[in-house]
Amino acid sequence: MKIMREPTHSGITAAPAADASTDRRTGDVILDVRNISLAFGGVKALTDISFDVREHEVRAIIGPNGAGKSSMLNCINGVYQPQQGSITFRGKTFAHMRSRQVAEMGIARTFQNLALFKGMSVLDNIMTGRNLHIRSNLFLQALRIGPAEREEIRHREVVERLIDFLEIQAYRKTPVGQLPYGLQKRVDLGRALAMEPQVLLLDEPMAGMNLEEKQDMCRFILDVNAEFGTTVVLIEHDMGVVMDISDRVVVLDYGKKIGDGSPDEVRSNPEVIRAYLGTSH
Amino acid sequence: MLYRENGQFKTSYRSDQQIFPIRQDRWALLAILLVAFVVVPAFASDYMFRAILIPFVIMALAALGVNILVGYCGQISLGSGAFMAVGAYGAYNFFVRIPGMPLIPALILGGLCATVFGILFGLPSLRVRGLYLAVATLAAQFFADWMFLRIKWFTMDTPSGSVSVSNLQVFGLPIESATSKYLFCLGMLVVVALLAKNLVRSAIGREWMAIRDMDVAAAVIGIRPMYAKLSAFAVSSFIIGVAGALWAFVYLGAWEPAAFSVDMSFRLLFMVIIGGLGSIMGGFFGAAFIVVLPIFLNQFLPWFAALFGIAISTAGVSHAELMIFGALIVWFLIVEPHGLAKLWSTGKQKLRLWPFPH
Amino acid sequence: MGFFLETLLGGLMTGMLYSLVALGFVLIFKASGVFNFAQGAMVLFAALAMARFAEWIPAWTGITNPVFANGAAFIIAGAIMFGVAWLVERLVLRHLVNQEAATLLMATLGITYFLEGVGQTFFGSNIYKIDVGMPKDPVIAFESTFQGGILINKEDLIAAIIAAALVALLSVFFQKTSTGRALRAVADDHQAAQSIGIPLNRMWVVVWCVAGVVALVAGMIWGSKLGVQFSLSTVALRALPVVILGGLTSVPGAILGGLIIGVGEKLSEVYIGPLVGGGIEIWFAYVLALAFLLVRPQGLFGEKIIDRV
Repeated sequence: MKIMREPTHSGITAAPAADASTDRRTGDVILDVRNISLAFGGVKALTDISFDVREHEVRAIIGPNGAGKSSMLNCINGVYQPQQGSITFRGKTFAHMRSRQVAEMGIARTFQNLALFKGMSVLDNIMTGRNLHIRSNLFLQALRIGPAEREEIRHREVVERLIDFLEIQAYRKTPVGQLPYGLQKRVDLGRALAMEPQVLLLDEPMAGMNLEEKQDMCRFILDVNAEFGTTVVLIEHDMGVVMDISDRVVVLDYGKKIGDGSPDEVRSNPEVIRAYLGTSH
Repeated sequence: MLYRENGQFKTSYRSDQQIFPIRQDRWALLAILLVAFVVVPAFASDYMFRAILIPFVIMALAALGVNILVGYCGQISLGSGAFMAVGAYGAYNFFVRIPGMPLIPALILGGLCATVFGILFGLPSLRVRGLYLAVATLAAQFFADWMFLRIKWFTMDTPSGSVSVSNLQVFGLPIESATSKYLFCLGMLVVVALLAKNLVRSAIGREWMAIRDMDVAAAVIGIRPMYAKLSAFAVSSFIIGVAGALWAFVYLGAWEPAAFSVDMSFRLLFMVIIGGLGSIMGGFFGAAFIVVLPIFLNQFLPWFAALFGIAISTAGVSHAELMIFGALIVWFLIVEPHGLAKLWSTGKQKLRLWPFPH
Repeated sequence: MGFFLETLLGGLMTGMLYSLVALGFVLIFKASGVFNFAQGAMVLFAALAMARFAEWIPAWTGITNPVFANGAAFIIAGAIMFGVAWLVERLVLRHLVNQEAATLLMATLGITYFLEGVGQTFFGSNIYKIDVGMPKDPVIAFESTFQGGILINKEDLIAAIIAAALVALLSVFFQKTSTGRALRAVADDHQAAQSIGIPLNRMWVVVWCVAGVVALVAGMIWGSKLGVQFSLSTVALRALPVVILGGLTSVPGAILGGLIIGVGEKLSEVYIGPLVGGGIEIWFAYVLALAFLLVRPQGLFGEKIIDRV
């Protein structure tokens, strides 16, 4: 596994190297979000949000709590239906996304609250991500002979490779509920990766992790981005991580977009500083 | 020390994915099958068959079906009695109206009728969830009650709605004696249990569990909610329908619509919850519990009361049975909400460590 | 037209009675998140208690004044229902906090069987009468407007008035008293209520007591109409469509739902029933509720569940 950027000993916060390679790497706009507005009754979760995501890049969405970041991802995934706006994926525009359709198109997602089967093993949880690609029908599965059995084994191989990649081999038969939080997050990532997505939406993948775990998670994300060319959109609170691994950043506050650009641009944006730190009087 | 996985290495995914990967489990299963098919018929009395074994086997089959819907797919259903009724009357109509219809195809066709009924009344699950769905499934129950009471065509126009079958045979072998009935039902149970176990550990089983555990998030990871929910209803009602047909043909012999009332639905649900939701084995435990309990109480209570010199009337016994049944259900749910299957797996865990405490 | 209005009115009044039973469900669900399948058994149990005590009190005390006998029976039955509520909270609810909906449902089913068994053991299993002096004869109204007038069942009318009065009383209780306020807080958010010092367990006892009294009134009215017998516990099954149509958490939903179901049942029985062989009331109510649910999956006034992923 090649690692693009190695974390320094002082931690994740380090000045990012100048990246001509980034410009070569990122492609055209693959996901375009336009004028999305979402409200629940009187609560406006998102107001007129527009941004784009280029292929192969790592795009971060940041903002204070309650800014609407998860809601934005939920709109992309079809969990929430925005009242206004549209989402364009690979040239096709939708006013409303439908979850299963989104998954089939190649957009996968991890969850802030970990939607995992607590009682099932790591292996079975990640196998669920393969369901998109499983073709055999009910009857063959009931008899479990011939094509159904072979298909199950084929997908098992894919999942085992993912387990190797995420370095959780020792836990493959453990019920997920018994694993520490950091490992559960890895399983969540594994399940999303099992869908072989083109775009990976990560909802706070580093939440609740210590420094080492964050380093590992960063490495996985960067490897996925480098090896498979997967576009990554991630919501993250750790500024060090955001500055270090993302190509471009969108900043949300109270449901509105207040910044959009490279990490450096965003960091020095006075609006963003005010949103996070407040103004002095 | 006895129950260990030590030394049992798997060198292929195929061997790792067997139903019983641990060797001791396979021997245990073989032993149980031997006892069930050979030892029990040799030693059990007629009464044991009619009162305990045959109802147990058929109810275990029905509980299996209910478990798929309620335990694996998470859709609470209070209409299982209706599915049994549709299976029974469906099989009856095919058996009686088509001359020369053999028994097993009739049972399967009855199951298919139940499948259609199940998919129809499962459609609301696409829109409605949780307790609302549970109550909505009662619509299926009461509709079926009415259908078989009032639409005379289903019951061959008998005035009371009561029908009967006789002269059952499979491949020329008559199914009249208690032993043959038991073996026939047991055979069907084993086959269906195997198919069901395969289903729940393959992709469709994971889809069902995704719907149960994650619901909204399930579609996001690529599950098709409509297919998953309706297939759960379809498979579940097929199994319950076949069980209903067996209950009517083999156990009751003659029946009327009241045999599949809402009480039956509740009984099935009790079996599944007490046995353990989401566990094939749980259905067996639950069925055994619910079948044996009334009989046990029936024998035990008068004897117990006689110890104190109190004579209880039969009405008194049935009231006391209700009380004790209700109290036991509540007590059980408090003590082990995950059911007997959880107790069993905890026991197996302890057995793996035995004789060490931890 | 007159006949249609008659049927309509009859449906409305029956609907009011369904609302009464449904109210018990909604109260308990709102405050403790438990779907109390035992509500029907509670209605039966309360009615049995009242019927038998109304018989026994004259026999024990020699006072034959029916008002006294009925009044005392009502109070004793109410006290018994309070006891039931306290026992249920103590022995069952306290140990099943945070369990899944299916488990709680099954527990209330267990309570149903238990109450049925206990009720029949102590109070007997024959058919008993409750005679609270409700007039049994019908009255003919609006003779001038419609030919022959409209037949209104006086008993149903008085029952509907009692039910409406009870609902009004409960509204006052919930809105104006401090206990009512605390109950509304508990219904809204258990943890928040607990954090401001509201004793959850005691609140649950109060709610089950109130539901018990509602069950008693319902039992009294139904029992007066149908006689107190085992089938009274199935009245809960008649009231369930009301609950899901109105929304599990809504008191006005229970009332409106009851009226809709009552009217729907009566109209379907009279106009559609003869076409398909009769006896369709019970499943028609469910199908009607189901149809509503397809349009509004949370019932008319139920809370919309917004999932956070």
